[in-house]
Amino acid sequence: MTLIVRTVTRLTIGLILLYGLYIVLHGHLTPGGGFAGGVIVALSFINLTLAFGGKTSAGVFSGESAHLVEALGAIMFLALALLGLQWGGFFDNFIHADGEPGMLVSAGIIPLANIAILLKVGAGIFSIFLALIVVQNFEEGDRQ
Amino acid sequence: MIELYVLLGLMIAGAVIAVEVKDLLSAVIAVGVVGLALSIAFLLLRAPDVAITQIVVEIAAVILLIRATLNRDISSRPSAGRPFGAVMGLAFLGLGVLASLTAFPEGLSPFGSPLMTVSAFYPADAMSGTGATNVVSAVILDYRGYDTLGEATVLFTAVVGVLAVMRATGRRDAEGSGESHG
Amino acid sequence: MNETMPYILCMILFCIGIYAMLAKRNLIRIIIGLSIAEYAVNLFLILVAYKSGGQAPIFDDRAMPPTSMVDPLPHALVLTSIVIGLATTAFMIALAIRLYGKYGTFDITRMRELRG
Repeated sequence: MTLIVRTVTRLTIGLILLYGLYIVLHGHLTPGGGFAGGVIVALSFINLTLAFGGKTSAGVFSGESAHLVEALGAIMFLALALLGLQWGGFFDNFIHADGEPGMLVSAGIIPLANIAILLKVGAGIFSIFLALIVVQNFEEGDRQ
Repeated sequence: MIELYVLLGLMIAGAVIAVEVKDLLSAVIAVGVVGLALSIAFLLLRAPDVAITQIVVEIAAVILLIRATLNRDISSRPSAGRPFGAVMGLAFLGLGVLASLTAFPEGLSPFGSPLMTVSAFYPADAMSGTGATNVVSAVILDYRGYDTLGEATVLFTAVVGVLAVMRATGRRDAEGSGESHG
Repeated sequence: MNETMPYILCMILFCIGIYAMLAKRNLIRIIIGLSIAEYAVNLFLILVAYKSGGQAPIFDDRAMPPTSMVDPLPHALVLTSIVIGLATTAFMIALAIRLYGKYGTFDITRMRELRG
């Protein structure tokens, strides 16, 4: 990639990652939520891969760690759902609200579920991207 | 709501261009314009969560579509098309517009006054029942959390499917070596 | 007529997407047609939920009356639908790339002749 793309990527990639985390953590107060924030975090890693190549971005966040993080997100979401069975029903909001609405620590399991969705969606979109774009040279290897 | 009609007209024009233009790269860019106009329309219809999600998902989809079209069949030959498919497509279009003209005035409530019979409960109960001030987040993660679990499962299945389809033979670039049988 | 005009324009957008899926030969154009049809369906759901003079479904200050909001339930359905649309589009693109590697073309009428 050219020098302009690399310089702008180096300046803005941290801001994009931080903005995605902000949207997820404030998902119960302002518009956004886990899905939009997860795709924004995945887009920041996609930006890194497109600007600097597959080898550099594999040093930062490789494909195997993406699979691990995605599985962790799914397990965390399921654990939150099943733990609700202890206190109420399936998916019951078992952390009863101590904070008042409008503060960051409030609304029961909703921020934790947002973080689980961030891990799952962000790592999933990034591993789809790695499988489709980083792999090249299909035509020769494909005679079956 | 004149801005809404302008955006809808832009979306229809962009869709016609995306379907009919000969060059594949121009078609992908036209789909990007349709998605961007859709995100602005969502903002005008007072849906900010949906607008944020639409614009970032649009960017990811256009990146994947450009990868599929770059260095491939860039300009398709002027072709005979599929005449049976074209006739069926136009017949479906006519039938759809006709059905909407007769069914929508009686079947749907007029634009601007929704029948909130079931969903009047959610804004009334969100602050006291869950403690969240974003009603849409409360709906997708507390009242209807099971649907979100299903959606996470669909996303997981799609990721596994993409990895399985792209892994059958051949050399890998950044992921180590896959099996390469001839 | 002004009450149903946005719905009719949305239906025209959906029919353009279905037309592209039925009448085009190039595989990428079929995927584009499906994307346009998905956009039209999401737009329709948000149009049904709009209340004139309503506000976004977020409590800006705690004393906002809940009846002044637009309908929040279709927003939740559309949020799920957008992400699932991305997942299926990515899977279709993976299949299209593999088909191009095998047959050398995106033209679906020529994919029946070659026996890989």
